[in-house]
Amino acid sequence: MKLSKILKNGFLIVVACLALSACATSKKTTGQMQGDVYTGTDTVEYLASGVPDRVFFATNESVLTTASRETLRKQAAWLRKNSKITIVLEGHADERGTREYNLALGERRANAAKDYLMTYGISSDRISVLSYGKERPVDSGSNPLAWSKNRRSVTVKAN
Amino acid sequence: MKNFLITLIIILIPVKSFGLIEVDITRGNLNPLPIAVSPLSIDEESRKNFQNILKKKNIGSEISSIVENNLKVSGLFNPLNKDAFLQEPDIANLKPRFEDWNLIKAQALITGKVSYVEEKLRVEFRLWDVLAGKEMMALAFTTVPNNWRRVGHIITDKVYERLTGERGYFDTRIIYVAEEGPKTQRVKKLAIMDQDGANNKFLTLGNELVLTPRFNPTSQLVTYLSYFRNLPRVYLLDIETGTQEVVGDFPGMTFAPRFSPDGKKIIMSFAKDGNSEIYTMDLENRIVEKITNHPSIDTSPSYSPDGKFISFNSDRSGYQQIYVMKSDGSNVKRISFGKGIYGTPVWSPRGDLIAFTKLHKGKFYIGVMRTDGSGERLLTENFYQEAPSWSPNGRVLIFYRETKTDSKGKGFSAKLWSIDLTGYNERQVPTPTDGSDPSWSSLLSN
Repeated sequence: MKLSKILKNGFLIVVACLALSACATSKKTTGQMQGDVYTGTDTVEYLASGVPDRVFFATNESVLTTASRETLRKQAAWLRKNSKITIVLEGHADERGTREYNLALGERRANAAKDYLMTYGISSDRISVLSYGKERPVDSGSNPLAWSKNRRSVTVKAN
Repeated sequence: MKNFLITLIIILIPVKSFGLIEVDITRGNLNPLPIAVSPLSIDEESRKNFQNILKKKNIGSEISSIVENNLKVSGLFNPLNKDAFLQEPDIANLKPRFEDWNLIKAQALITGKVSYVEEKLRVEFRLWDVLAGKEMMALAFTTVPNNWRRVGHIITDKVYERLTGERGYFDTRIIYVAEEGPKTQRVKKLAIMDQDGANNKFLTLGNELVLTPRFNPTSQLVTYLSYFRNLPRVYLLDIETGTQEVVGDFPGMTFAPRFSPDGKKIIMSFAKDGNSEIYTMDLENRIVEKITNHPSIDTSPSYSPDGKFISFNSDRSGYQQIYVMKSDGSNVKRISFGKGIYGTPVWSPRGDLIAFTKLHKGKFYIGVMRTDGSGERLLTENFYQEAPSWSPNGRVLIFYRETKTDSKGKGFSAKLWSIDLTGYNERQVPTPTDGSDPSWSSLLSN
């Protein structure tokens, strides 16, 4: 009885330590994530040399990070040079949300990318938006890294 | 639905007397009522006729197994093992020897008879109170032989209603999304089946992504989201004829559809320029009305059964929470204030509760609260589950649950589950493939 109590307390302390260390590091870059935004390149494809096709988001967010804005400026420059190309922005969410809300969230993310491209001179006529919510993950894992790869807006050539 | 016609011939309702058995369904039932379901008796000539038509050796036993399974799955009854029955089915139906049934601890007994009459299936059945030694109900009906499974469900509904005082939910169907394939490229089809998983039928081919099917009040139409031609739009499907038409063809995405309780309107979300609002469309004159007006995500709308209110979820407070407003969009009030985020509100058919999905500390819950947000009760916790849909009597919820994958991304599954409003009797609903987004029909025979 007493032993189990001691073990239980010990366990709680260990859990508390883990929680604290998680907190301490959560805003730092840990491997392929900054905060919970994916910063790796595993899933990234390229529209042209040096032009990544996707941007990533924090949980439940549609705010563009500094890195995302840089990527979108590269896409805008490429689109200005290739003025015949039209694109679809495909917005996605991770699996940790209800289906319908995630459809709306994917739409909001793709539109955040669209708005930014427009401020860099890309006409809205060349951009359409398609939300997949959580229906098309790129990583089938159930862990924070997989989820960070799935929270994305992908620019796809439409013609 | 036309072939669902069932002619009720005799209805004998006995005088209510005191001391008869009753089943209390308001509490979790840890002592299900012991009930004996005697196989329905059948004469040799009828048996042969039905064997020819339905390819079932003994249709009487088949129907009683459906009743038995329904009663067992309800969690309120404990159907007794037939091997222990002392009395032959035909004699029991005439006059049970109550002391024999009492001996095997049955408190209630169902007996009956099936016959072949003018190419039709005629069934009579009786419900007996074993302790009181009395007949509680006798009923007979005639239908086309192909409806034999429904006969079993209707018998269960009548027995359930007589013993619990509540309407049943067995003669019903479930529409859902059948899923197959890897998690990154799921193939999804609309599928429909009886409440017990029988008669599964696929309604679409899987060429395009389909989501969130929901029945209209008469359960003949379904509204759902389809990605046909990569344009996510709300569609309407007539189950009998198979006709499909787009109803939410606006320049943007329409999603999260549901019918109004009178079946005349579809309420849905319309997303454009990064903002999702709730709209209604009148199916007769196609007039569209905007109901919400807020720069946040407003979605998952569901009407109250009287049509006067709408519940929905919105992230206008910063996170997804549940709100209630009048059906014209006025008087918006947030009702969820517990810890965590809340979504997918669905109004109970009784009008007193809202079922929801909740995410808190990495776990998903299915729960219920009163329509003012008080009395929150969480029924089940899991890695991922969402989208509750009510049984027509408001006693059971069906929802879907997904499993966590391993470190290699393997082991994903999506299954339908049901749980009683009491929080007891959680069980998987059988489906031939994986399934999600279930919606429960109304009672078909009423």
